[in-house]
Amino acid sequence: MITLYQLSKSFNGKKVLDNLNMRFKERRITVIIGRSGGGKSVMLKHIIGLIKPDSGRVLIDGIDMNTLKKKELNEIRKKFGMVFQDGALFDSLSVFENVAFPLRQHLNLPEEDIRYKVYSILNDVGLNGHESKMPSEISGGMRKRVAVARALILNPEIMLFDEPTTGLDPIMSDVINNLVVSMHDKFKFTGIIISHDIKGAYKTGDEIAMLYNGKIIEVGTPEEFKDSKNPIINQFVSGSMNGPIIL
Amino acid sequence: MDAILNPFESIGKFILKTINDLGSIVIYMGEALLSIPRYRINFNNLIEQMIFIGMDSFYVVGLTGFFTGMVLSLQAYYAAKVVGVTYMIGPTVTLAMTRELGPVLTALMITARCGSSMASEIGTMKVTEQIDALEVMAVDPYYYLAVPRILAAIIMLPIMAILCSLIGIIGGYVVYAYFLGLNHVTYIEKIYQYINLGDIYGGLLKSVFFGAILATISTFKGFETTGGAKGIGKFTTQAVVLSSICILLADYLFTSILF
Ligand SMILES: Nc1ncnc2c1ncn2[C@@H]1O[C@H](COP(=O)(O)OP(=O)(O)O)[C@@H](O)[C@H]1O
Ligand SMILES: [Mg+2]
Repeated sequence: MITLYQLSKSFNGKKVLDNLNMRFKERRITVIIGRSGGGKSVMLKHIIGLIKPDSGRVLIDGIDMNTLKKKELNEIRKKFGMVFQDGALFDSLSVFENVAFPLRQHLNLPEEDIRYKVYSILNDVGLNGHESKMPSEISGGMRKRVAVARALILNPEIMLFDEPTTGLDPIMSDVINNLVVSMHDKFKFTGIIISHDIKGAYKTGDEIAMLYNGKIIEVGTPEEFKDSKNPIINQFVSGSMNGPIIL
Repeated sequence: MDAILNPFESIGKFILKTINDLGSIVIYMGEALLSIPRYRINFNNLIEQMIFIGMDSFYVVGLTGFFTGMVLSLQAYYAAKVVGVTYMIGPTVTLAMTRELGPVLTALMITARCGSSMASEIGTMKVTEQIDALEVMAVDPYYYLAVPRILAAIIMLPIMAILCSLIGIIGGYVVYAYFLGLNHVTYIEKIYQYINLGDIYGGLLKSVFFGAILATISTFKGFETTGGAKGIGKFTTQAVVLSSICILLADYLFTSILF
């Protein structure tokens, strides 16, 4: 269970998160939507302890992430997989070695087992035949899929996705959204997806939450979001420049 | 008035920033060194770095040593000729190379070649979130990226410095025997007569520290990098400048203590 409790964070005097409260349902996918620069990535990085809050708490299964020593934090982090916005693949390592990296770091497996695991996850994300390529040699959509494979390889309980479809064409976005859903069916992780792709959010999310002005202003199922009475959410969902959101 | 004060103000700022940097680097160095015994060393990674710092730098370091030795021999000749002690050229070149120029020039060349690439490589990883990705995967980026580089530099710098000195002595010999036409046996004989191993050990000890300095500062600056492509350039430059200054400063301190 992931709980964010009265989380606040400012950068250079600008409040990015402002007393944010949120509880994520276990084994479900929650999609966080919100405007660019609205603090979605900052919120996600708080969950995995890459950023420390100015005040408030991040609780993972009841444990406060910010009271942990480095070693304990690393233990907790093994429960997580994270897909960064631009993939953050290691550009000096091949696709195969990128996906094998967490295995090599944390498990003492024989080489055959590593190969078996890497090939099977690359097959899951539809990338067989590309294992020896370097990240610079493959397309953006493929890089995202490698990043998903690398994040899934240790079978984490929690998966964090930072804008998995941003920068991709609509068809590739759909491929990635379907991949997230099918991987969720297979691995049953607790998923947190950041997105401003509202169509994708309806498709992948069991729940949708909107981040606005540093707070989560509404949480609900896709149906509840479609029928929302909140004018801010209506404006965001319809993608209009006219409405209560201050530009 | 401002025009007069501005240069002083910027000198003051520079000194404050340098001292601040040095403080953080000492803390960083302590952490990096303390983390060595806590983990098992990744030998592939270490060897890769040793090849990069050592083998791949051989030509640059060798050429630097060769020309420096030649110049030293020539300059020493002008001075020695006056008082008729040209037989002392060999020991002069050897002493200058092993004690000072070998270690210092090697360190400066390797800073330019490898320190810059350490900073820009880690800097690029920082701005493209690869460092964050390491942390998220519960891998300590300092251990994974900094420790092999620092260790490799500590191991390889003395080796490269001794090669540089040796090639410099050969360069001096070439000028002595062929360009100046002096007796080449004297060159070698006098080196044996006047140089003792202490001169060489002192230079090697310096090199160990220069290696630690350049790799620590360069990796540190890499981790500090922010601000995209421009930031990578800026922090790489800072890495090279600060490493070079610290190497020269440390050289003076060592020389005054050691010899
Ligand atoms: N490490 C940081 N240092 C300073 N400012 C930051 C940092 N990370 C994010 N910010 C600022 O916080 C705000 C929110 O950023 P972000 O969470 O990346 O937005 P998004 O919702 O698009 O993911 C932005 O104004 C950004 O400039
Ligand atoms: Mg973002």
